[in-house]
Amino acid sequence: MFSSLMFTGLMANTWIAATIVAVIAGMTGFFAVLRGEAFAAHAIPNGAFAGAAGASLLGVNVIWGLAVVAIASALGIGALGSKARHDVVTALTLVLMLGLGALFVSISNQYAQQAYSLLFGEVFGVSSADVPLIAVLGVLALAGIGLAFRPLMLTSAMPEVAEARGVSVRGMEIYFLVVMALATSMTVPVVGALLLFSLMIGPAAAARSITARPGLALALSVAIALITVWLSIALSYQTNWPLGFFVGVGGALFYLAGLAARGLAGLGGGTRRVHPAA
Amino acid sequence: MLTSGPVLTAFLIGAIAATTSGVIGVFSVLRTQSFAGHSLADIATTGGAGAFLVGVNQFWGFLVAGLAAATAMEAIGVQRRRDRDIATGVVLGGALGIAALFLYLGTQHTSRTGASFSILFGSIFVVAPDTVPAIIAAGVVAVATVAVLSRRLLLTAVAPELARARGVSVRLTGIIFLAALAVVVSLSAVAIGAVLSTALLVGPAATALRVTRSPGKAVLVSAVTGLAATWTGIALAYESYYWPPAGHGWPVSFFVVALVLVAYLLSYARKPRRMPPRSPHEEAAECSPA
Repeated sequence: MFSSLMFTGLMANTWIAATIVAVIAGMTGFFAVLRGEAFAAHAIPNGAFAGAAGASLLGVNVIWGLAVVAIASALGIGALGSKARHDVVTALTLVLMLGLGALFVSISNQYAQQAYSLLFGEVFGVSSADVPLIAVLGVLALAGIGLAFRPLMLTSAMPEVAEARGVSVRGMEIYFLVVMALATSMTVPVVGALLLFSLMIGPAAAARSITARPGLALALSVAIALITVWLSIALSYQTNWPLGFFVGVGGALFYLAGLAARGLAGLGGGTRRVHPAA
Repeated sequence: MLTSGPVLTAFLIGAIAATTSGVIGVFSVLRTQSFAGHSLADIATTGGAGAFLVGVNQFWGFLVAGLAAATAMEAIGVQRRRDRDIATGVVLGGALGIAALFLYLGTQHTSRTGASFSILFGSIFVVAPDTVPAIIAAGVVAVATVAVLSRRLLLTAVAPELARARGVSVRLTGIIFLAALAVVVSLSAVAIGAVLSTALLVGPAATALRVTRSPGKAVLVSAVTGLAATWTGIALAYESYYWPPAGHGWPVSFFVVALVLVAYLLSYARKPRRMPPRSPHEEAAECSPA
């Protein structure tokens, strides 16, 4: 049914890069969903677009532009968000970055095509030189989450308890946003800002709708992200339709399937455990 | 500048988008639905891309996609703020995937790669004048709906239990509000681009709510702030054709966003309000059942 050509040559880089991205998106997405930070997960990758546009204007490597702007956005959202309404600050940060991005693009006047690939990704164009860089940054992001796993989980699920135990909720918030920004800056050139967001939210939300146990949900989130990405690459390769379409729609379908499964379980009289974060 | 047809159309459409966004923005900020507002704008791009594909006026594509998404978000509808954001995110993720497909198919058939860019960032100077009556009608309907429901909107946002006790349907109010929000956001998506319409929705409203605590006054301040930012932005963009680098203007969206942000930051310079702004812990506590 599927052409075996999709596993050879240049496609090997695509599979490796996409697998790394899926693992990272599944993990960071799990915490983003658990913490109710879906908006930040959308704003940081999208806002980073301005960094890429600025970097290309200055003639610097795009990854640096992405990293600087993503981390600046994360710090801005984290620092201002505690003073004012969180969603307002996130929205305004995003809008500022996009406004700057539009300005940079209009000045350089030759960037529209690249803007498209940053938003929608170019996973089929990953070169052998990109793979080690993606792998290193991926390990860094995973280490960032792994090192702070317990406080992250605690501040996400039970902020009051965390505070009582002397864990700074706000500190962990900023820490998490910065890790997300790091993960963003390396994955955006590969899969695109829009796709990265779909990949962070869809599988994680699906996992959480299936199980209330945090550890299991985290594993499920990564597994669903991997399945989504692998299926999407195969389908995209076969149909020539954009990868983003399959990933975006796939994530949403998994979520709906999770909701349906939970609904059926509920109808069957099973008692649903309430998650501590609820 | 005022003798040019496209510029006059731009001023008119900008005014409609700014005032309607300003009015409805106050409610969406009070209801902490900035993310929904932004998502609806992004999702409207899917409709815009679809309309581009079938050759219909983009405005209708924006409108249909926005309304469909508003329905989907409320259908998944979860009342806690955290879960609501996730439902919004899932709908947004799916819609962006479809947008990618539409844009791909669109560029396949016409080889106009600039389309994705103008859909996202808008181009106020190229709005077709014959769309203007439809834009005005949709804006009036949306604002009238919000005006009629304003008390219910505030009540269901601030005290949902009380609203239920009084027989107000929280769910129905939510759906109607999201639909009105979708219409307004589609309008401003046509005007300054889907992504940046968030600026007009959130910025002026957040500024107004820092300046005054009365929702009525806030609506007024918000609409005026949005209008001022939009008109000044259009005028500056027009002038910027003479600025370096010579040859082409700076984007309207950049100026509007910059002005909206300046207004918001200026509101911080005022003396603090009598009541301190809510901290995230309070919000978190509100989201979890006692």
